[in-house]
Amino acid sequence: MSPTKTPPKAALPELVELARQIRAQSARMVHAANASHIGTCLSMADILAVLYGQVMRVDPARPEWEDRDRFILSKGHGAAALYSVLAERGFFPREWLRTYCADGTKLSGHVSHYGVPGIELSTGSLGHGLSVGCGMALAGKGDGRSHRTFVLLSDGECDEGSIWEAVLFAPHHKLDNLVVIVDFNKIQSFGSVKEVLDLDPFADKWRAFGWAVREIDGNDCAAVSESLATLPFEAGKPSVVIAHTIKGKGISFMEGQLAWHYKSPNAEQLEKALAELGVSK
Amino acid sequence: MRPSFVAALCEAAAKDPRIWLLCGDLGYSALEPFRDTFGSRYVNVGVAEQNMTGIAAGMARAGKIVFTYSIANFPTLRCLEQIRNDVCYHEANVKIVAVGAGFSYSSQGYTHHGVEDIAIMRALPGMAVVSPGDPVETTLATRAIIDRPGPCYLRLGKAGEPKVHTSVPAFELGKAIQLADGEDLTLITTGTMLKDVVDLSMRLRASGIASRVLSMHTVSPLDVAAVQAAAHETAAIVTIEEHSVVGGLGSAVADVLAEMDGPRVTFKKVGVPGRLYHEIGSQKFMRQLLGDVDAIARGTVERARAARAQK
Repeated sequence: MSPTKTPPKAALPELVELARQIRAQSARMVHAANASHIGTCLSMADILAVLYGQVMRVDPARPEWEDRDRFILSKGHGAAALYSVLAERGFFPREWLRTYCADGTKLSGHVSHYGVPGIELSTGSLGHGLSVGCGMALAGKGDGRSHRTFVLLSDGECDEGSIWEAVLFAPHHKLDNLVVIVDFNKIQSFGSVKEVLDLDPFADKWRAFGWAVREIDGNDCAAVSESLATLPFEAGKPSVVIAHTIKGKGISFMEGQLAWHYKSPNAEQLEKALAELGVSK
Repeated sequence: MRPSFVAALCEAAAKDPRIWLLCGDLGYSALEPFRDTFGSRYVNVGVAEQNMTGIAAGMARAGKIVFTYSIANFPTLRCLEQIRNDVCYHEANVKIVAVGAGFSYSSQGYTHHGVEDIAIMRALPGMAVVSPGDPVETTLATRAIIDRPGPCYLRLGKAGEPKVHTSVPAFELGKAIQLADGEDLTLITTGTMLKDVVDLSMRLRASGIASRVLSMHTVSPLDVAAVQAAAHETAAIVTIEEHSVVGGLGSAVADVLAEMDGPRVTFKKVGVPGRLYHEIGSQKFMRQLLGDVDAIARGTVERARAARAQK
């Protein structure tokens, strides 16, 4: 696959605004549903904004368009953020977001594809998404198509052996139409990555497996945008962006706090959070 | 069964470019005809069944019909959650093939005994569980699962199983094949035991017991009508399988019988006992775990006669 320069669709201020909307919507949804995982939604908001605002060739009017770029949120617990960006991009009505986790909803707490335009894969059990992404990329290559497959992983998810099966596979098959972004927010489910199962030297591991690697500040839309501007990073290799992020980014009292993997903001906390984000309730 | 499967797969792949084959670094002296003819649609993914299954789901999402292939429990239990979430929940067109059903790899040890796979795979919604009884059924089953969209599990023996069918039977997924008929007893079997069960039926007939023989090549969806008919038309039912008695063919049949109205048919499950075992040996030796199948069948007919006499 030859490098393709993707023309910017949204300018930087629009990406920053989209990221802010993702954060605000996610906070509202998690509050309304008394749900968990707001911290992970906040750490990956800028990545989603750049992917859906600028990088990916998708058409909300044609979610099954054959040549669309594919996106898999392998860290399925960040569902609220993904549903938010899909609604913002017009894949389905914003009103759906109010049903998140409610009785009869299509929008479950972990990503579900069924009846939800724009969702490629249901996820929630960690370590599945990269293999499926490899399959999509392999099929795309086999058919001579030019679409790309983007897979967003969590850091904790890289504890799963199945991730490393796929990390071995993709370079061997020269899947340069596959792009992984790791939301490396340094906090996993029950402790910091350093404490639980240290991934460092993380970039070296990917390099050793044959990936083209970039490390960026994943909470800087400009940096994310710059990193994904030209894909693949190297012809014949899959690309990985190790996005250093802050769990809970954008809401001061949630930043870097493990508790916000679980806690749901109450009404007062939501108000404070939205005020910090500079959006109305 | 394995050569019949590969031949049928090659025949289908020649006509249908959507067919791909992934293997988990197994298939020596079996998959070469596919590999050598359809190299661009063949991937040895390495010893990585979870990845293999996820890749298959992703390819199926892109319109492919993807076979995954390995032995014993590797393509099923090792990657069960990928099958449940990535394949079944997405109704992906993935066909899982395991060779080494039951005790086909008997002396290789406990790890290589596939005796819980039917139970576990048939618990998955939308998964067709297909366990052909001989090479003829294997060919027909391979064609049938390609034609059926969605997840399928094809459970095969190894190579060298005897042909039981002397002509090509009508074959439909979910419809049992009847190989003999009689009123005293119905013997229902699946997969690798078919030849033994046909032989048993002939021994019984020689001693005055007339039995119906059903090859239940599809365990899920089960041929409920055939089970109900057997319960109405014959005096007893014995299920025989090279699989645990917990959750396999026998359990599937028992579920049907338990929900039927009217007088109960006398029923017995024959299979691998649901206990930990430590026996190791040939397939014939391991099948002793099923018990004395002749005696069980005769005993079940006696129980049925006694039950009738009481009425």
